[in-house]
Amino acid sequence: MNSKIKAAAVFKDNAQNFFFVLPAFVIFCVFYIYPFLNMIFLSSHEWPGIGPMHFIGLQNYKELMGDNLWWDSMAHAGYITLIALVFQNALAFALALACDRQIRMKRFYCIVFFIPPVLSEVVVGLIWNWILNPELQNGVHIGLLNHLLYTSGWPQLVHNWLGDPKTALTTIAIVHSWKGFGWGFVMLLAGLQTIDKQLYEAARVDGAGPWRTFIHITLPLMLPVILVVMILTILGSMQVFVLILSMVNEGLVHHTDVPVIRILSSMTGTNRFGYACAEAVIFGVVLMGVSFIMKILSDRARQT
Amino acid sequence: MKTNRYVIWGMTQSTLIHIFLVSIALTCLFPLFWMVRCAFMTNETVFIDKALIPHSLNFGNFAVAWTKGNLAVYLFNSVIYTVCVVSGIVLVSSLAAFSFSRLKFPGKNIIFYMFVAAMMIPLPGSFVALFVLMNKLHLVNTRLGYILCMINVGLSMSILLLKTFFDKMPRDLEDAARIDGCGKIGIWWHVALPLARPAIAVIVIFNSLNVWNEYILATLLLGDTQLMPLQRGLMVFQGANSTDYPVLMAGLTMAALPIIGIYLAMQKYIVKGLSSEVAGG
Repeated sequence: MNSKIKAAAVFKDNAQNFFFVLPAFVIFCVFYIYPFLNMIFLSSHEWPGIGPMHFIGLQNYKELMGDNLWWDSMAHAGYITLIALVFQNALAFALALACDRQIRMKRFYCIVFFIPPVLSEVVVGLIWNWILNPELQNGVHIGLLNHLLYTSGWPQLVHNWLGDPKTALTTIAIVHSWKGFGWGFVMLLAGLQTIDKQLYEAARVDGAGPWRTFIHITLPLMLPVILVVMILTILGSMQVFVLILSMVNEGLVHHTDVPVIRILSSMTGTNRFGYACAEAVIFGVVLMGVSFIMKILSDRARQT
Repeated sequence: MKTNRYVIWGMTQSTLIHIFLVSIALTCLFPLFWMVRCAFMTNETVFIDKALIPHSLNFGNFAVAWTKGNLAVYLFNSVIYTVCVVSGIVLVSSLAAFSFSRLKFPGKNIIFYMFVAAMMIPLPGSFVALFVLMNKLHLVNTRLGYILCMINVGLSMSILLLKTFFDKMPRDLEDAARIDGCGKIGIWWHVALPLARPAIAVIVIFNSLNVWNEYILATLLLGDTQLMPLQRGLMVFQGANSTDYPVLMAGLTMAALPIIGIYLAMQKYIVKGLSSEVAGG
């Protein structure tokens, strides 16, 4: 009798405690788990979004393997990511190093560098689209960049930056880096500030110059933070697409496609929901693979 | 002599550093300045006049963007979505995190690690399946559907952040509240939530930015212009005003200024949030 009452009390207690998690659990199952499983299910079907589905096994994946547009889009995203990794992170690190000292206006710099990241990709894309405008009117370059190039004595550099397939991706990658370097800057600066200043002092006493101090103290201690910033840069840059939509306006057929744009156009353009899901699954696996490798690297960096 | 050289070297160094920092700061600010500047011009002068401060100012563009451009509606929608989603996230995630941190029930760890795993696994194309689901639930073109989807987006990160915070919270206060007759809900509301204010501030600012700037789900789920949030609306607006640059820039200015204002007000929490990611991530 007594144990029954006790068991009932424990059950009631557990139920109450679970009740706290229930809203989160329900939302998570409905809007995360179910779409996730459904995505895998749909990827093995041919389905135009409404009406009957046709099970076709791995046919979508087979088709995807030979889909040049898809792999080109993957290469484009990879190219943007590479530029972001090198250019954006180098800039962020240089700025963080410059700010990691007693310096006037430090707060001002910290605030300003994070303004582009808080803006939306639509706003950033449309502003730069306007600055990079390639048109001429009455002999005056409408876009600010071309106007500046022309009036400051480099008329040969005037260019249709976003209209030319050769420069479009690089231009997008640079604007993407402009928007994104503030994240890396804030995180790297936070990392630099955790380094004990006495280490620098000791190195200086031992006669190490700034370069050797950087190589032997700053870099090894910063490695975990650098890897975190790199993972976030890769994940963010591979998935960039709103910026591209707002900058080129579908003006360049396929030259500036990235995977998310491909998925979107399979879904809304050609109404092939199954194929879009297969693309999404492959893209997810690629991203997971990359972040898994980076995670292993960062764990190893933490141990040593 | 030697100290003199040292001082000069130090001064040149700091000057060079300042030149570097100022030039990058200018690159950050100048496009925004250019946007605001062009918003005050007319369609005739904007193509020709390249002076930093235009020769004549025109204030009409803002009114045109606000009414004809439907920006008032978009802005209103964005505010609604941001407020609803962020308060939803804070409520749901703090309840869950409190339970994960302080209470016991079977299967607790499994469910918690599910949330952690969800944060680790990138789902770039989940919007396809999400759209299918919303279609089935008849939640396409409804505010509720969009709000629920966006709550889910911010949930895992918020739960994780709050749980780490609750784990570090001293138990004495809780015990005192219990002795005073507080139940579990009472402890959550009167003790845990007020103490977690710094963590909640981080959650609020990051999720606000995320919702305010979200684009893809808004595009897929909200086709009705009366329901569109700002980012989606701006693209529609741009399509309709693609040649009227001053009005477009006025629209962009009105879209960018609120978020810059909120950012300036809550700037320290952003640094705090990202620093904790460095320390913990």
